[in-house]
Amino acid sequence: MAPRIPRLSSFLFFSPRGAFRFWQRNAYIFRRIFPESVAVNFMEPVIYLLAMGFGIGAYLSTIGGLPYLTFVATGLVATAAMFGATFECTYNAYVQMYYEKAYDAVITTPLGVEDVVIGEVWWGATRSVLYGTVFLAVITLFGTVRSPLALLIPPLFLLSGLMFSVIAMTFTAVNPSIDYFTFYFALFVTPMFMFSGIFFPLDALPGWVKIAAWFTPLSHVVNLSRALALGTVEAHHATDLAWILTVTVAMFPLPVVLMRRRLVK
Amino acid sequence: MSTVQARALLKRYGDLAAVDGISFQVRPGECFGFLGPNGAGKTTTMKMIYCVLPPTSGDLQVLGMDVRAHPRAIKARLGVVTQDNTLDTALTVRENLVIFARYFDIPWGLARQRADELLEFVSLTDRARDKVEYLSGGMKRRLMVARALVPQPELLVLDEPTTGLDPQARQLAWEKLRQLKRTGVTQILTTHYMEEAAALCDRIAIMDQGRIVTEGSPADLVAAHAGREVVELRTAGGNWQGPGILERILGAAGSLAETHEVHNDLLVLHTQDGEVLLRRVREQGVELESATLRRTTLEDAFLKLTGRRLRD
Ligand SMILES: Nc1ncnc2c1ncn2[C@@H]1O[C@H](COP(=O)(O)OP(=O)(O)OP(=O)(O)O)[C@@H](O)[C@H]1O
Ligand SMILES: [Mg+2]
Repeated sequence: MAPRIPRLSSFLFFSPRGAFRFWQRNAYIFRRIFPESVAVNFMEPVIYLLAMGFGIGAYLSTIGGLPYLTFVATGLVATAAMFGATFECTYNAYVQMYYEKAYDAVITTPLGVEDVVIGEVWWGATRSVLYGTVFLAVITLFGTVRSPLALLIPPLFLLSGLMFSVIAMTFTAVNPSIDYFTFYFALFVTPMFMFSGIFFPLDALPGWVKIAAWFTPLSHVVNLSRALALGTVEAHHATDLAWILTVTVAMFPLPVVLMRRRLVK
Repeated sequence: MSTVQARALLKRYGDLAAVDGISFQVRPGECFGFLGPNGAGKTTTMKMIYCVLPPTSGDLQVLGMDVRAHPRAIKARLGVVTQDNTLDTALTVRENLVIFARYFDIPWGLARQRADELLEFVSLTDRARDKVEYLSGGMKRRLMVARALVPQPELLVLDEPTTGLDPQARQLAWEKLRQLKRTGVTQILTTHYMEEAAALCDRIAIMDQGRIVTEGSPADLVAAHAGREVVELRTAGGNWQGPGILERILGAAGSLAETHEVHNDLLVLHTQDGEVLLRRVREQGVELESATLRRTTLEDAFLKLTGRRLRD
């Protein structure tokens, strides 16, 4: 009997070209809805900024020395990275895998499950960059961006997008039913959205909440995007970057291995 | 060298041996068929051949390569029609072929050209721009076949390729498959249509409960397991339980009836000389609803080997 490829290291057997081909398929499909998609992505931040910036901003003039609108906008931009990747790698990936059977066809070609998962993860990151860049353009129009360092935000979103894709895809790989995504959003995404220093600084929180918040991936993306947009990058921001890099690299093999275990019985 | 070579191939799902240690080989250029009742293990075998299901144990070589060690290299040279339609619903009919070609690293220009040729080949050119969900069931199947041909495969693995096709489309599919065979494409096929297997396959393996029951050319299987002719008698009484009726007919048939089977109101007699047998039966004057004589077909051999009981 030929030696069996051990499953735990199966992600090492992915083919970059195969992953790229699946990424290309997603990009091809997305191209058609691109104009509508950008329009919608344009509206969303505008609505948020109008509500938060002008609504709440009317009562709260400054926060940490910044106009409230500027504070919220430069933090909120980070959520585009999270939602772009998260929707792609939860609902979209799940529907394609179980209902549309898109993966079943692809794995009869030279592509393997590994390539499909990695292609999907990179596509999630790509959507993060697309959404994040549109969002960034909007907050620039609102006059909240103060530094050319903001040009580094899209690359930051590529990295953060990868992180959120990998986390979401890991959940998707073990998720027993599409209904359970509600839990993912209610117990992970929403708390993260609220407690990542977007709407208020985390310093004022009680000690243990502050510690918990520090562990959320989004808070580090918020720190970095705000620092880049405002040109207030300091040495301690290296910690945020290191945190994101560590989580992304450490978790990267997980969705591949788990999805393989699930699809290849 | 065989195109596919399996030795003691086993696939287990928990306690169930879906494929229970089978051995077979497919020779270059031939059309090899797997027949068997529902759940026999045909699809499981096919999936192992097209490298999406790892065998539990045993040896499986496809195009000279081990399926565990070289799945990508094998899949690059295969064309696969899966039992379920797996068309990409996010894409149009033509895009399904073009994007599929990209998975095989076929350049865009060539991919488009090949897509158009194949749409022509399966008569779907008019529907090129439609979303696949708007195709009828048979059209989807035709598109699945076209898609399998995109990489210009050396080996076609076809799991019930003609299910859902109308008689015209099925005839056309047979013609295309024969045409492909003439160009040297090896084919492995499963089907529930016996006349399809008889028309296309050079050799057939009949599977049941994960095992290969028998193997051979369609003509040999028929001759070996179903005799030359079949006499089918339907009793007017609803079943053959009536006193002495069955015995009288079997007595009259004597050694002319090689074997007989009773299924409710149907009595099937396998024989070398149907005409004489039928005359002798008629002489008994038993009241029959119908009596027919026909040549045996693969279906007779199949039913003989796998029984008439419905599979769960
Ligand atoms: N993923 C799976 N998990 C558990 N059992 C399975 C799985 N896939 C197939 N089986 C079982 O393996 C057996 C063989 O199934 P298979 O699909 O190979 O049959 P088949 O010969 O193709 O039947 P059909 O003619 O209905 O297509 C069946 O008993 C089936 O229930
Ligand atoms: Mg089957």
